[in-house]
Amino acid sequence: MKPFLTLVSRDLRLAVRQGGALGTALGFYMLVVTLLPLGLGADLNLLSRIAAGVLWIALLLSALLSLPRVFASDYEDGSLDILATGSLPLELVAAAKALAHWISTSIPLALLAPILGILLNLEIDAYPILVATMLVGTPAVSFIGAVGAALTLRAHRGGLLIALLVLPFYVPTLIFGIASISALLGPGDVLSPFLILTAISLAAVVLGPFAAAAALRMQMQ
Amino acid sequence: MQTITQRLANPTQFMELSARVLPWLAGAAAAVIAYGLYLAFFVAPPDYQQGETARIMFVHVPSAWLSMAGYTVIAISAFGLLVFRHPLADVSAKAAAPIGAAFTFLALVTGSLWGRPTWGTYWVWDARLTSVLILFFLYLGLIALRSSIEDETLASKLTAVLALVGIVMLPIIKFSVEYGKTLHQKASVLRLGGPTMDPSLLHPLLVMALGFTLLFAALHVKAMRNEILRRRVKTLQMAEVERAQAGRLAAAE
Repeated sequence: MKPFLTLVSRDLRLAVRQGGALGTALGFYMLVVTLLPLGLGADLNLLSRIAAGVLWIALLLSALLSLPRVFASDYEDGSLDILATGSLPLELVAAAKALAHWISTSIPLALLAPILGILLNLEIDAYPILVATMLVGTPAVSFIGAVGAALTLRAHRGGLLIALLVLPFYVPTLIFGIASISALLGPGDVLSPFLILTAISLAAVVLGPFAAAAALRMQMQ
Repeated sequence: MQTITQRLANPTQFMELSARVLPWLAGAAAAVIAYGLYLAFFVAPPDYQQGETARIMFVHVPSAWLSMAGYTVIAISAFGLLVFRHPLADVSAKAAAPIGAAFTFLALVTGSLWGRPTWGTYWVWDARLTSVLILFFLYLGLIALRSSIEDETLASKLTAVLALVGIVMLPIIKFSVEYGKTLHQKASVLRLGGPTMDPSLLHPLLVMALGFTLLFAALHVKAMRNEILRRRVKTLQMAEVERAQAGRLAAAE
């Protein structure tokens, strides 16, 4: 357990001290949400209706931006090889890196969402469930994303390719995240989509590291 | 006693066997599709509600079926490559991806052409349409990943991992998009309690499905043969370059 936590805290410290990564993702998030009313027209009723969906999609895109760096910098400077030969199984290395991505990128994005919700005239009742679905759903974003990052480690045009590979896998998370929010605002059961969202995240946390580690192992031989 | 998959593991034997099978397979596909088209256009009655437009079903349904069968072929091949290291599994996976993508595209196009007169729109965000569209993106992802990694062995292994992740995610994606309501009609051929379709329409549909499956098999075998030949040519070229280099070294000494 200790090497795992050490790796997570190392990655978190790197994310904070290197700077840039988090700021860029948050800035991108704000910009996408700002551009949208400019493109769709500033009708507050319309914005209020689509706010939750806009916030979720923009969050997925922003989290996607920082995914290529999950393994790439460690692969380039050789630390990934050292991690692979260390005592920690590669599966746990991948899990630690995905967890660090979740804490350093996905959680700040989820916490920024309600503030951006004000810009989009999101209904006040929806704020708690919006943040709750994002906090519960984003582990899937980070852990499935880690698989994409591992697969494209040695590919040309890695960043664009990750988007093509990973975005289809985000569909269930997006749908159930939105379903619980719209169930709260309209008719329908809030709990069941929320529980399915949780299940998807848990499955991604368990299975994602195995696929990511398999992909990493193939590239390090 | 070798099983058939073991014997096919030898590319030379595969080339011999497939050279003999391929003309029959292609001929059967052409004959069955021709018969199916005849049935579809001249024998099958127009649908009592949709009229002549329902005939697009005879292309649409087999394509949609093959879009899923194609992904299954890729997933099985990926499993064969990663678990059994079957030498032809990768060739099969690589060959099946563009064919499957083409059938998926065909299903989407014919579906949207069918949707226009019956639903009044080319596209709706209905559960089945959305999941087939996402399946199309999965195919594109497989092709894109393979083409963007230079090392061929590595590319095939990574693509296999992606294909297996995809086959795990596909049912979840399908379940999630079906969470909403669907406009598309329910399954009407393969269902408990027998098909709901009238035999006069069902018979041509099954013939067309068989013909399309034969076509898929013929295209797949042909693409696998091409891939094996391409790899041989590449190996020969590499050997040629090495021999030329060795010759130049010998001349320099």
